[in-house]
Amino acid sequence: MPRQKELPELPIDDSPADAEALRVIGVPRRRVDARAKVTGQTRFADDISLPRMAYCKLLRSPHPHARIQKIDASRALAQPGVYLVLTGRDLPISYGILPVSQDEQALCSDRVRYVGDPVAAVVAREELTALEALDLIDVQYELLTTISDPHQALVTPEPRIHDSGEEGNIHKRVALEFGNVEEGFAEADEVFEDTFFYQGSTHLAIEQHAALAVKDPEGKLTIWSSTQVPHYLHRALAKVLEMPPAHIRVIATPNGGGFGGKSDPFSHEMVVAKAALLLDRPVKICLSREEVFYCHRGRHPVLMKFKTGVKRDGSITALQLQTLMDGGAYGSYGVASTFYTGALQTTTYRIPRYRFQGCRTFTNKPPCGPKRGHATVQPRFGQEIQLDKIAERLGIDPAELRLRIVESSNVLTANFLTLGTVGLADCIRRVVKVSGWTGKFRKLPEGYGAGLACSAYLTGAALPIYWNNLPHSGVQLKLDRGGGVTVFCGASEIGQGSDDVLAAIVAEVLGIDTFDIRVYSGDTDLGPVDLGSYSSRVTLMAGNAALQAAERAKAMLAEAVSNRLAVDQHRLEFADKYVFDRVAPEQRVTFQEAICLAEAQFGTIGAVGSYTPPKSPAAYKGSGVGPSPTYSYTAAVVEVAVDPATGWITVPKVWIAHDIGRALNPPLVRGQIEGGVYMGLGEALMEEQEFRRLPKKLSHALVHKFPSMLEYKSPTSLEMPEVVTELVEDPDPRGPFGAKEVGQGPLLPVMPAVANAVYDAVGVRIDEVPITPEKILKALAEKKAGHDPRFGPSHFPPIHWPEALRVPPPWDGGDGHAVNDPRHPGKASSEKEKAPAS
Amino acid sequence: MPKTAQIRLTLNGEEMDVSFAPYKTLLEVLREDLGLVGTKHGCELGECGACAVLLDGKPVLSCLVLALECEGRSVTSVEGLAEDGKLHPLQEAFADLGAAQCGYCTPAILVTAKALLDQAASPNRDQIREALSGNLCRCTGYQQIFEAVEEAVVRITKQRESPT
Repeated sequence: MPRQKELPELPIDDSPADAEALRVIGVPRRRVDARAKVTGQTRFADDISLPRMAYCKLLRSPHPHARIQKIDASRALAQPGVYLVLTGRDLPISYGILPVSQDEQALCSDRVRYVGDPVAAVVAREELTALEALDLIDVQYELLTTISDPHQALVTPEPRIHDSGEEGNIHKRVALEFGNVEEGFAEADEVFEDTFFYQGSTHLAIEQHAALAVKDPEGKLTIWSSTQVPHYLHRALAKVLEMPPAHIRVIATPNGGGFGGKSDPFSHEMVVAKAALLLDRPVKICLSREEVFYCHRGRHPVLMKFKTGVKRDGSITALQLQTLMDGGAYGSYGVASTFYTGALQTTTYRIPRYRFQGCRTFTNKPPCGPKRGHATVQPRFGQEIQLDKIAERLGIDPAELRLRIVESSNVLTANFLTLGTVGLADCIRRVVKVSGWTGKFRKLPEGYGAGLACSAYLTGAALPIYWNNLPHSGVQLKLDRGGGVTVFCGASEIGQGSDDVLAAIVAEVLGIDTFDIRVYSGDTDLGPVDLGSYSSRVTLMAGNAALQAAERAKAMLAEAVSNRLAVDQHRLEFADKYVFDRVAPEQRVTFQEAICLAEAQFGTIGAVGSYTPPKSPAAYKGSGVGPSPTYSYTAAVVEVAVDPATGWITVPKVWIAHDIGRALNPPLVRGQIEGGVYMGLGEALMEEQEFRRLPKKLSHALVHKFPSMLEYKSPTSLEMPEVVTELVEDPDPRGPFGAKEVGQGPLLPVMPAVANAVYDAVGVRIDEVPITPEKILKALAEKKAGHDPRFGPSHFPPIHWPEALRVPPPWDGGDGHAVNDPRHPGKASSEKEKAPAS
Repeated sequence: MPKTAQIRLTLNGEEMDVSFAPYKTLLEVLREDLGLVGTKHGCELGECGACAVLLDGKPVLSCLVLALECEGRSVTSVEGLAEDGKLHPLQEAFADLGAAQCGYCTPAILVTAKALLDQAASPNRDQIREALSGNLCRCTGYQQIFEAVEEAVVRITKQRESPT
């Protein structure tokens, strides 16, 4: 088997402090915004009201696919209290989160593409007036054939949902090959082929999307919005409104949950901005829960085929993965999502040769996009179940199998991802120990089972969504004579605790309390750019920027204090709101005095810091998706109880170990992990973004099956099992104080661990989610009839794949370039041609 | 139908007259007419539990209660939990133990938990699960919420034993 190329060890001397000396970092602590949250004083977007504020409502398409022939808003406009009706003509410029998919229009002008696509907007004095006026807008549609799923999309090139896709209703196809996969399969003792289906699900953040726009007294635009990506919204607004970005202020209000669902620029944001400018009065919109289901951008339904060659000892000789994605009606993050279905397979286990083929189709459904774990969740589900099958066939314990093939720290993978610290083996050992795995697996009584699965996730995408060579995150500090420190950063607080991360890092460096710090975040006027709360990037990227800014401020203070105390700077310690001589601690000044000394010496004290991820060695087209400064790792054991008579499945307990690098604030880290487990259990057992056809005698339209929280089932406090959380802390020098991500990774192993546990419990494979009692019963019936004891897809449709870009892996002498890039024969793809990341 | 209705109610311990459009729900009156935006909404159909307040001490979904029904009754929202400038032990425990992540479902969970503690001084984990089963939280996985309620019980008991 080819050997992995070892990367040089990174220097770790830069580590700002050792664990013993840390006073804030790693200490369980009330988060800086906790008091606001428990007193109900956190101001979410819909909590803001302004004098003269008008209300906006959107008219949405009742048809999944139709041409708009005529819109007549005269009856609506005649209503008392209606100020304005907007249609596509008022907002003609298209936008989209990715530069390659500028396929959305705030209000559709000629075509609607899913039930719920916005067609017109009413702005009125009262919300009720706006709502009633929607019924008075007359729209004539010419119905078009509905494309309802990827299989239909593949065989129905016309009518095209978008002309911008590759061909017909295929949005994007990718094919990449790293090493000779066929050779790998020939070398294998066994080759496994399995097909899996991962159903789509939605974020279901409890806060509905809301936005409030106002033309400020100077005539510029300010918009408050529940967005995870104020910077990208800023750019989209500038484009759509044809305004200089300098005249637009985006304030991302704290999000009442995001999970990826507030990461696109949305119609309603464009509409209220336009309306506020036209009317010169504040305009607010808050989407109904039904509309939030239509905004979606959630988990792509993905059909997957895994072909894996293994040696008898469990080592993998080659992997081939094919994915077919239901993208919904717009591009959204879809190009990146397509690459993500194939990007991270190599980050957990040693895979010497890898071929990936992915295809995203357009369908007449709400657009899919990034949900927690983005599109790495679906293939992780397939890979971890297949490993369970491999382990069984080879007669190796699934935990032992994984320990044999687990990837090492600081290596370059077959697809040129640079791994940081890899704590997966520790995670597996910890979770095996605390769960009592060896006493449970294949040993529990019939109907009870235990399953194990692992995963990896990015700690921030190494490439921005639009090509630029600028920092990904910036932090500005202001140090006040009164001893206070103010942190300005564009990062958006979506509940994950990003404000607390910033405050904690600054407090640690300057030796003060987080309570002495005020954080202004998510405001494009006040803070330097941070790209947004997506791809688990904020702790590492904004955190490193904060660290740099704080170190720079500290250096100024240290110089001034050194002069005053006549003590060498290197002997100065910043702690407990004092700056003192480490050798003679009574030689000290207060932190406030230190600021004054520095201000007297240097003038006003401020500092900036920024962070740019390291350049990835991958240079092939599509290599922009996958690289990250470092990856987090997780292992989980799930116990299930299955009633063979009813198929009813419950989860009594979950054990999970996460390689966090370092926990900056342990209760917050635990909360992210348990929240990930919770959301994973929802996807594993019940959550479905499902569609159905209305009866023929009605419109026969393809509609969301249940756009309500009552019918879209999610786990309540009654279903949530006990979770035992273990933190594996091996600081990664790439992260601030060694920290890696935790917001997304811990969700990934949960679904496959549930599936593997079901097999352990009743001996049937459920190769798709959600794993419902009905599917378990069907599989049990198959088993009883002597057939293949499984439920899941059996077929992957033929897809005309493009010729794979062939990138020799590092151990075959590859340098990260494709050897057969047709557009650039014999030379590297330029940076710009790396696909956008997210 | 008159354009505005007027009722007298006790809001967070304070008796007051309130006028509002008669079709409005208690949720709308709290948020829009009284400016008490601590109470949230996630569906306005009685599905998510984010709008819970206490009506005569019992949790109700304020999106399903007409404000007109509240004549002469007592309403407690998250704004009424702190007393004499001090946070309620539930609020303290939620803040300390990471029970509020995004904080959107938190106000409703706090008042619902308060109603539980008012009638069962020392509820067990199952009673807490049951009491909060109508309040969806998408962030926490509930565990830190359960622990915070239990911690609040400990703190309340301590307070009673040694009042300061």
